[in-house]
Amino acid sequence: MGEAILTALGRGIREAGESLGDLERMTHDAITRSDDIIRDDDLQVALLVLHGLHYGGVVDADDAWEWHPSLVASRVAIERAFEAELRRQVPVPDLPNPSAADVAAALFELTKPTPGPSASRYLARKATEEQLKEYVVLRSVYTLKEADAQTWGIPRLPRRAKAALMEIQTDEYGDGDPERMHSAIFARAMRGLGLDDGYAAYLDSVPAVTIASFTMMTMFGLNRSLRGAMAGHFSAYEMTSSIPNRFIAQGVRRLGFGDDVAWYFDEHVEADAVHEQIAGRDLAGGLVEAEPSLLADVMWGANTSLTVDGWGSDEALEHWEAGRSALRVPLDMTGGIR
Amino acid sequence: MTGRPPTIVACPDGPLLVRGDAELETPEGEPIDRHGRNTVALCRCGASAIKPFCDGTHKMTGFRSED
Repeated sequence: MGEAILTALGRGIREAGESLGDLERMTHDAITRSDDIIRDDDLQVALLVLHGLHYGGVVDADDAWEWHPSLVASRVAIERAFEAELRRQVPVPDLPNPSAADVAAALFELTKPTPGPSASRYLARKATEEQLKEYVVLRSVYTLKEADAQTWGIPRLPRRAKAALMEIQTDEYGDGDPERMHSAIFARAMRGLGLDDGYAAYLDSVPAVTIASFTMMTMFGLNRSLRGAMAGHFSAYEMTSSIPNRFIAQGVRRLGFGDDVAWYFDEHVEADAVHEQIAGRDLAGGLVEAEPSLLADVMWGANTSLTVDGWGSDEALEHWEAGRSALRVPLDMTGGIR
Repeated sequence: MTGRPPTIVACPDGPLLVRGDAELETPEGEPIDRHGRNTVALCRCGASAIKPFCDGTHKMTGFRSED
């Protein structure tokens, strides 16, 4: 499926005509065949490539492909199946009263830190240099485009929620300083680790569930009907960031890397302690107060972040503890390390 | 500077969220670097490792603001 899309994109759009019937049929067949689209490498890569036409910088293709009717149809077909599978596998948590204060309290309760093993604690204390690099490669699927998925949600939000998301995004994008933009600080960390910061450099190495964490948030941002899930997802993401990033910064320094690599993680300890407060009360809570019918989707969106991101990091931890690579292809096999 | 009067939100069980033109200073009057951030969160549980800023540790210690 992913290959077929890349082949189509490799052709000139003028030769393609208005309909790529084969591609739409193949998409339909791939969805029908798939046991679990969340863990389907082929369909997740296909969706990432289709989303990539909207982001730019993911595949080398004519800009006009972005709105080609067959590619839009394929994207929507995959997204509908993906959303349905997420709704099957991720339950809606207990719903609070539809007030900003109660929504924020419920989100903080849902996302409260849990003791015990986690990928970030492992990175703090035990991970090898190779495992830290694998972690950064896994994280790069989202983080090289950090905050962009949520930006698509801005015009879809009512007033208080929109102002809240803008307040967070201004900080994500560096408060006017391009060097401080989070995606740029992350790219710097990748280079500091000797990794390639080109967007698709390691895509073939990343397991489907990690790609799904990113395609999920892109889908939430691109679809107005999912603005509730977007707000809930982003809130939970911010609420589960400061403490893990502190652990990861410890691991970075334990392994002898300097501030150029640690900056990204240090920055998120401080930034996300701010963002989580704004996101819980003003973004998610403000959205629910303006549109109470979105309450269940806000809470569900929060749970998708916890659940799907949790699957990805739990699987990585399991591989590392067993002495295996968390990537589909280990870094020393991809030639990705300079 | 944003030209906006400062506001402080006391976040339940969490930090003090400071927006607008508030200057942060040490007791000696030295400016505290806000790291370019327009909105900052100040620790009020006492457990942050990056004081005066919040680092989310209140969530691990079970801090209650009782407000």
